[in-house]
Parts: sequence; C-alpha cells; structure tokens
Amino acid sequence: MSVPGAKAGDVGQRAASARTLSVLVEDQPGVLNRVSSLLRRRRFNVESLNVGASEQPGLSRMTIALHADDAATEQAVKQLYKLLEVRKVTDLSDERFIGRELALVKVAASPETLAQLREIAELFGARVIDVAPRSVVIEAVGSEARIASLLEMVRPYGIREIARTGRVAITRGAGGGEG
Amino acid sequence: MVTATVTTIPRDRTAPDPAPRAARPYTGAHALCEALVREGVDLIFGYPGGAVIPLYDVLTDYPAIRHVLVRHEQWAAHAAEGYARATGKVGVCLATSGPGATNLVTGIADAMLDSTPLVAITGQVGIPMIGKDAFQEVDIIGVTLPITKHSFQIEDVADLPRVVAEAFHLASSGRPGPVLIDIPKSVLVAPTAPSAPPPVELPGYRPTKFGNMGQIKAAARLIAAAERPVVMAGHGIAISGAINEFRAFVERADLPVAFTLHGLGALPASHPNAIGYMGMHGHAHVNRAIDGCDLLINIGARFDDRATGRVDAFAPGATVIHVDIDPAEIGKNVKTAVPIVGDARHVLAALIEAVREQRRPEWHAAIAAWRVPPPPATFDPDERTISPFKLIAALRAATGGEAIFTADVGQHQMWAAQWGAYERPERWISSGGAGTMGFGLPAAIGAQLGHPEAEVWAIVGDGGVQMSLPELATIVQEGLPVKVAIFNNGYLGMVRQWQQLFHDRNYSHTPISSPDFVKLAEAYGIAGLRVSDPAQVHETIARARAIAGPVVIDFRINPEENVYPMVPPGGANSQMIEMEPDAVE
Repeated sequence: MSVPGAKAGDVGQRAASARTLSVLVEDQPGVLNRVSSLLRRRRFNVESLNVGASEQPGLSRMTIALHADDAATEQAVKQLYKLLEVRKVTDLSDERFIGRELALVKVAASPETLAQLREIAELFGARVIDVAPRSVVIEAVGSEARIASLLEMVRPYGIREIARTGRVAITRGAGGGEG
Repeated sequence: MVTATVTTIPRDRTAPDPAPRAARPYTGAHALCEALVREGVDLIFGYPGGAVIPLYDVLTDYPAIRHVLVRHEQWAAHAAEGYARATGKVGVCLATSGPGATNLVTGIADAMLDSTPLVAITGQVGIPMIGKDAFQEVDIIGVTLPITKHSFQIEDVADLPRVVAEAFHLASSGRPGPVLIDIPKSVLVAPTAPSAPPPVELPGYRPTKFGNMGQIKAAARLIAAAERPVVMAGHGIAISGAINEFRAFVERADLPVAFTLHGLGALPASHPNAIGYMGMHGHAHVNRAIDGCDLLINIGARFDDRATGRVDAFAPGATVIHVDIDPAEIGKNVKTAVPIVGDARHVLAALIEAVREQRRPEWHAAIAAWRVPPPPATFDPDERTISPFKLIAALRAATGGEAIFTADVGQHQMWAAQWGAYERPERWISSGGAGTMGFGLPAAIGAQLGHPEAEVWAIVGDGGVQMSLPELATIVQEGLPVKVAIFNNGYLGMVRQWQQLFHDRNYSHTPISSPDFVKLAEAYGIAGLRVSDPAQVHETIARARAIAGPVVIDFRINPEENVYPMVPPGGANSQMIEMEPDAVE
C-alpha cells in the first residue's frame, strides 16, 4: 500500500466543512475507547460518532462525522489506520453517499395542537409514535438539515427532550464493502 | 580527590541454588516466561510487587532470563530503552500493578515518542477484582492508551503465548514503539498447558516495507536535477539497520547530510558528506545549508519542531522528499512533494539503483565555507573554568569515538549532540521527543548490559542525575562499569538559559544544590572524582578510564555557559543566536 501524493496546500484544497468517515473496526474490548482517545488527543473536531454492527461478523462500522479541512481529514484517516483494530477507513466526502440520522423529539402537545404536530411530522416524512396527555414523541429519519428544519417547525410548541443518533452513512450504488 | 574502593555486592545469580522445590502446576506465569524465552528475551528490568509475586516466583526457574532489579520502575523503562537503542532488540520492563505500572508511564511515553521497541509488562489485580478499586488497582490500559503503539489485557490464560508473540512483533516491526501487556494476577496463577503460539496474524497491521517505484524514480529525478540538495538523516535509518545503504546512497549522489538528534551517527561524523547537527541547537552551517537548499531529502525523520524551527520558514526554497515507514508522518508537519512510504533500508536500496553518480563540489565548498571549526579538546592555560563543550570534545578524544554516550536532557545533551562526533548511531543514546530528565543514567545501564564489552559514559547534568541517582545502586548490584560524567553547573541550565535570554534573567527556581557527589558515590561503593581545574580534565578522564568498575566524576563546569547556536523558541532556523549576546556588546 502506498499513500497517494497528497500535498497539503495544493490548489483544490477544501476548507473546513462537514466530512464523514466510515470506519470498519474489529469488535474488540476498548476499540471505541481507542478511536475516541485518538480523535481527542489530535484535536479532531468530531460532530458525532456512531457505532453498530456491519455486514461482516466480528466487524463493526463506525460513522464519524467531522468538521475538518482536507489536510486534517487526511491525517484523521492515516491516524485511524494506525490503530490495530481499524480495518478500513473510507472518506465518504470523496464519494456519493447517503447520510441519515434518527431523531426522537418530545414536544409539548395539547388536544388542540396534536393535529398540527401530526401534520408537521408528515411533512417531513416523520411520525408521531407516542401520544401522552401533555406531549408527543416524533420519530424522524433524515439528513441533519432535514431534522434541523423539523426542529425549527416544532420549536414554537415547546421541545421537551431530544435524542439523536448522529450520522450513519453508506455509499450509493455498488461502491463500498471492505475492499 | 578521594577514590573509593568498589564494593562488590553479591548478586542473586551467584547465590547458592535454593533447595529443590516440589513440582508445581504449570501456570500462566510459566507460560509467560516461556513465551519471553521464545522471543529471545535474556534481560528484564523490573521491580516486584504484590500482583506479580507469582511471576517472580517462577522467574527463578528460567535462568536464561536475567532480571535486573532497578530502584524505581521509571528507570526500568528507560534502562530497557537504553538496551533497545544500543542493541536493536526489544527492551523489556516489568512492574507490578497500580503504582508500579504508573511509574512506567514516562518511560512508555518516551519510547513512543522516540520509536523505541519496548514491551512493558504490568501486573494487574485479579480479574474478579478489576473495576472494584481494589488495592493497587489502576487502569493502566486506559492510562497508557495514547502513549502505546498497542496494548493488551489478558483475560484468558490460553491467550498468553499468542499475545506475547504479537506484542514483540508489534514492538519491533514497522515503526517500533512500546507495547503494554497487562496481566491480571488470576491469569498468572491460572493452570494451563505449555503451548506454542500460532503464527502472528494481524489483519489490521501491515506496515509497508517497499517504497512505491514511481515515487522512488521521481525522487531520483529530483536528486539528479537539484543544485543544492541536503539530506535530513533521521532515526529511521538506524532503526531499519540501513547505515550501509545510506552511506552508499549519499556517496553515489554526493549529498550533504544533516542529522536530527536521533539521526546522529547514521553516517560517521568523520565522513566527508556528514555536515553536522541540525535544528534548535544545530550547527549554524547546517541550518544555513538547509535554509538555502533547493531539495530536502528526509529519510526516517518526522519533522519534529526542535529540528525544523518555525515550520513555515523551514527550508523555504526546497522541494521535499520524505521517506517514512509511518504514512501518518507524511504531510503532518511539512508539505511533501514526493512521499515515499516504506522501510528506510528497502527504500534506500532502491534509491541507490535509481540515482546517478554525481559530484557537487561547489555546493560542498559553499557549506564548508560556513563551517565553524569544532572546539579543541584542549584547554588554554588561562581558562579558569571548564568549558562544557570542550569537555565533550575531551571525552570524545579520550574514548576515540568508540564509547557509547548516553545523555540526559538539557544543555549537556545539546553539547554532546553538537560535539560528540558519533561514528555509529548506537553510540549516542538520548531522550529526544519526550525530553525526559533522568534518562541518561538508566539508559547507560541498559546500554552497558547490551554491550558488556563497551565503554559506556552517562553524560548527565546535576539536575537530571539527581532524578535517577538511586540507580547508582543498580549499577553496583549488577557490577556494571558505567562512567557517570556529571556536568555540574549548579543550575537547571537549559531553563536558566531560556530565562537569561527570554525572561530578563529571572532565574526563577533554576539554581539547584547538589550533594557531595564524591562522597555520595563512595556511599554507594563507587569511585568518585571531582575536577574544577581545566588543566586536570584530561588526567581525571584518564584516571576514570583506568578504573575497572563504575566511576562518578563531578565536573564543575562554567556555571553560566550557554548552548549556541540557539534558535529562539518559535523562531525560524535561519534566525539563530550564534553567540552570547553580551559578547557582541
């Protein structure tokens, strides 16, 4: 394996923006600790980190959402590869990918506003999944931007609680796999 | 001056064999010792304690392994580093759980920053006790996470042979570094059966050995076309055992060679292509050559800030070729035009074939014209205090460049880097990346055990040596003829120098008192010598060398001597302070 000749400072360097790394890791004790310790120590700006099972037994997939420029992203990829448990790092910023997040939002509700909230949820492809006398829970899946828009719409009703998963991502089409 | 008689303390190894013990069950402790023997370990630096008593109990059944009892675990780690750096083998240190393990931390960090192959074995409380804040329980895996190449905590005794094999493979291959094995007491005492480990198979670890041929050819084209090339020789050359290939490469392309701290000796200092030491306290002509070069060829160095100075002003006119086995080092600090990921020895072998025979007389002449001659090894009759850089030259002259110098951290280290004129890399062992005071004495112990026939000098300051003084007892107990040269100026000299130059001479807490080092040496049963008269330096060195055992020499050097040149912190290497500012006034 040889690392392509990336030159920091070259024309075409992209400034700091949202980046997504898809990282295939071995299911070993402490692997999450190693990854998060590395990201903290080298001061990478992590927006979210999500981990769950992958398509291969014994391997998990982490989705790391970073705010970074090209040079920092390249360093993050290289440093992650130095961890023994890391099998494959894909910088999705360079690929066509789908990024999604799940948000559960508890919003204050009354019999008068319930219908309005249902309507807003539907507008965003979200659902009301729990109704209580004074609140509802909306389940929304989408891009961060879409979820942000939904939150803006329901904010006037009074958001009581939010739980979000952070971004999970996958390449479009035939790309991806361990490679 | 008083010379003490060296007292020989009987070593455990010479003690009569204990009465034969009843056959004991084969346990994790046996499996560990056998795994260490399998890796060729014949030396461990360690300190016993509760969690590792079962291991120590079994250790005496394995006479192939010599155990050196240190006086504090930190020095076990540094001694193991000294051994590793002197021999190229993996150094091994051993500590008990809790404070024993945490005392290793600085040594582990030091090995990480200097890419030194080290296996640190720590005891741990038994598995049922882990997480209960048991006596002497510390999460050493968590503590050392960012300062190890990898770490293991063994949960199943059956994993021991495999984990030890993997740990030694990881520590010594690719970019070497420290690997920690944390072994719960319940695993050490668990019954098991002897077993050989499976072949090491780590799918997530495949260091690149051979450089990309396209990049190597691109590098060769740049080298052929360059008018003012300079090679930056790093630690990677020694680590990969590439000194022969390196020499052939720089001779063929006729390249001037600048050394980083750990690159010193990668090419003999006496070689015509060796121009000298670079960086914050590098030789002025070397920094000047790099400042003016049009091509910089970095082989096995990581562009450390003490080597580069202000990075945006480093080698401003140069195209950069960077050879490194660690891809993450490329582009980390300095923009690189031609990255070559690979082992220095393999890459250099390919580069020798790719470059053409060239001569560069004008460029060499230009560098030579900037060169300041090295200090003489002799002292003028009118000198009242011992000049420390002349003292380095005197030690170098007396030992003929054959001795191993280990150094602490500070002014004496920089004088030794500047004027030690090393002919081979293992003759200069120092703490670079971490800059760990106290390193010199334990490193000398490790180097001496690695090369029993060699003359080993610990070059230390009065500050650093007071951190690791207890190891004088280890030197005596192990019968090591280490020579300890204390550059005693009554200050924490490097900090005092910064205070003088950049903090209005506010010598805040840098004056430091010392014990009577001669009496102290005698108390340990070591010969002690003191010299403050420059005229007696040579005679004193000769006396020390004539003593077969260890010697401590208290060299009273000029108290406010500074290290020059000096690049001001945060400054560019082209902005060196070349001499004492007062001298100009």
